[in-house]
Amino acid sequence: MADGSIGLWTVPLAVLGGAIRVSTPFLFVSLGECITERSGRINLGLEGTLVMGAMSAYGISYLTGSPWLGVLAAGITGALLGALHAGICSLPRVNDVAVGIALMLFGTGLAFYLGKPLIEPTAPRLPAIDFGWWSDIPQVRAALRVNVLFLIGVALAPILYWAFRTTRWGLLIRTAGESSDAARAMGHSVLLIRLRATMVGGFLAGIGGSFLSLFYPGSWNEGLSSGQGITAVALVIFARWDPLLCLWTSLAFGGAAALGPALQSVGVTSGYHLFNAAPYILTLAIMIITCSPKRTLTGAPAELSITR
Amino acid sequence: MDLGRISRRHLLQGGAALTLGAAAGVRPTFAAETTIGFIYVGSRDDYGYNQAHAQGAAALKKIPGLKVVEEEKVPETDAVEKTIESMINLDGATLLFPTSFGYYNPHMIKMATKYPKLRFEHCGGLWTDKDPKNAGSYFGYIDEAQYISGIIAGYTSKSGKLGFVAAKPIPQVLRNINAFALGAKLANPKATTQVIFTGDWSMPVKEAEATNSLIDQGVDVLTCHVDGPKTMVENAARRGAFVCGYHTNQSPLAPKAYLTGAEWNWEALYPKFVKMIAAGESIPNFYRGGLKEEIVKTSPYGEAVSAEARKHADDIKAKFLSAEGYTIFKGGLVDNKGKTVIAAGTDRGQKDPELEKMDYLVEGVIGATS
Repeated sequence: MADGSIGLWTVPLAVLGGAIRVSTPFLFVSLGECITERSGRINLGLEGTLVMGAMSAYGISYLTGSPWLGVLAAGITGALLGALHAGICSLPRVNDVAVGIALMLFGTGLAFYLGKPLIEPTAPRLPAIDFGWWSDIPQVRAALRVNVLFLIGVALAPILYWAFRTTRWGLLIRTAGESSDAARAMGHSVLLIRLRATMVGGFLAGIGGSFLSLFYPGSWNEGLSSGQGITAVALVIFARWDPLLCLWTSLAFGGAAALGPALQSVGVTSGYHLFNAAPYILTLAIMIITCSPKRTLTGAPAELSITR
Repeated sequence: MDLGRISRRHLLQGGAALTLGAAAGVRPTFAAETTIGFIYVGSRDDYGYNQAHAQGAAALKKIPGLKVVEEEKVPETDAVEKTIESMINLDGATLLFPTSFGYYNPHMIKMATKYPKLRFEHCGGLWTDKDPKNAGSYFGYIDEAQYISGIIAGYTSKSGKLGFVAAKPIPQVLRNINAFALGAKLANPKATTQVIFTGDWSMPVKEAEATNSLIDQGVDVLTCHVDGPKTMVENAARRGAFVCGYHTNQSPLAPKAYLTGAEWNWEALYPKFVKMIAAGESIPNFYRGGLKEEIVKTSPYGEAVSAEARKHADDIKAKFLSAEGYTIFKGGLVDNKGKTVIAAGTDRGQKDPELEKMDYLVEGVIGATS
């Protein structure tokens, strides 16, 4: 159209753009949690890791001027928090869910405390790749401005899927998750496998956080995560611990988050609270559809404290 | 985060004491030390609503004999009653500033009834004769500054489409949206203002999505009414749109895209309140003011603002500052459903309490209140 508006096309485009923009943190956290849970442990602290990752990425990017160093710092922070979780959980009679909740509060609290002086300054952000070069429509170009982290996440899902099935490491993680006795009988330290799996999980969640503060929405403030880490952990359960399904559900959640504002922008203004709640309604719907009293969750690692 | 409350609180007190020590000996002192409590709904340095209040609190810290205690991120639930109780009983606060809209009724009213000798000053509430006499509500007519922003936005927009990212459809927010839209129509009678409600005061991802959706619709100048405008300002500037700020001056975030903005001026008002109390005067229970009373101000114009826009905006600003004042909500006002909301001939001046019950969006605004 002549006036630069694309009318109702905004909605599908915003959902597509939202799926790309909003899904990346979900994707990284859920893939990380997928690895951790496959090894037989739940790390609920990833919300805290996500926020700590966002804060440290922003801080390092601001101090060094290099956003990629920020991403690395976020990953390392996440891995350290993962190591802390795994370390505490390797003590006898420690409940990993409780430790996770404690670390979630610790992570967010520490990030808010250390992040105070970072709210005002503006840090250099991650660059975007313009995949919309073929289009003359600025809206399409904007929706297709993709960050490399998103591409890495998308590539990581099939790689993990393949690695779980066919590599030695994948087998070891699955063995630790399905039967710790079997892993021990093979001569492997279950605690060490879980430590590594939790650290890798934390590393990925930290990088997910760096996307929040360095790309989209692209600044550090205390409401930044608004529960995305928790949602992503829940997402792993209905993705059936399958990295490929993690990818699809993350995209669906990203798109659902964009639905509310997009509908309002084209004039569907009634019931916007309902549309804003779309991601949560989606969660509930999937939970109801997939749960059954007659069978246990298919694909759940047998060693998880919630299934054991 | 209930766990962190006590320690953070003590930390802030420590910070307050340090600032107090550093700035001693400037103004007349108080006979006995007075403790003043500030309660914020969000973070004190959010580049927005709470930061504006914290700047006001910081102005009080410079006055000798005053002790300021602050608590951040107190939800608009009975949590605020607990905070008020602890400020009174543990810190000895005698003057309290619960600064968020949702604190007023029933929470602050309940506390004011329970402690009739203490003074409660609420930002944004609507004090009526039925409320306790030791409670008061103050607010600024920031819609005057939004009206100026609207004029500038109307001149700057090429598409004639303006965007407004709003939190919730409460009267103060609606009044800002309407003032902005009316200001824009003054500059360009065909200008429309599209509003998107995010549902809460601080939802960065939703605010970013709303900003992108609006720009996808052809909007090229945006403003907002959320707690922290940083997300909107940065994301809009990245897409090449212009912005008008809110709460505080956000021009450092996007110097080229920033046109002007509606700012609070609490650092002028709070010391005025304290001086009134020290002099034994009573603060009016219902305290309001705009540009003239120095409760609100506008940001300096950005470089993208044309000379024509500056002149028109400055003319209107001069009228606001003049003795006879200026009326934004004039009679014959029609809402965006076609209903007449202010009958012809009845101009609603700024102090008209009817305006604080606003539940409509004026003609030219695209959006709905529910």
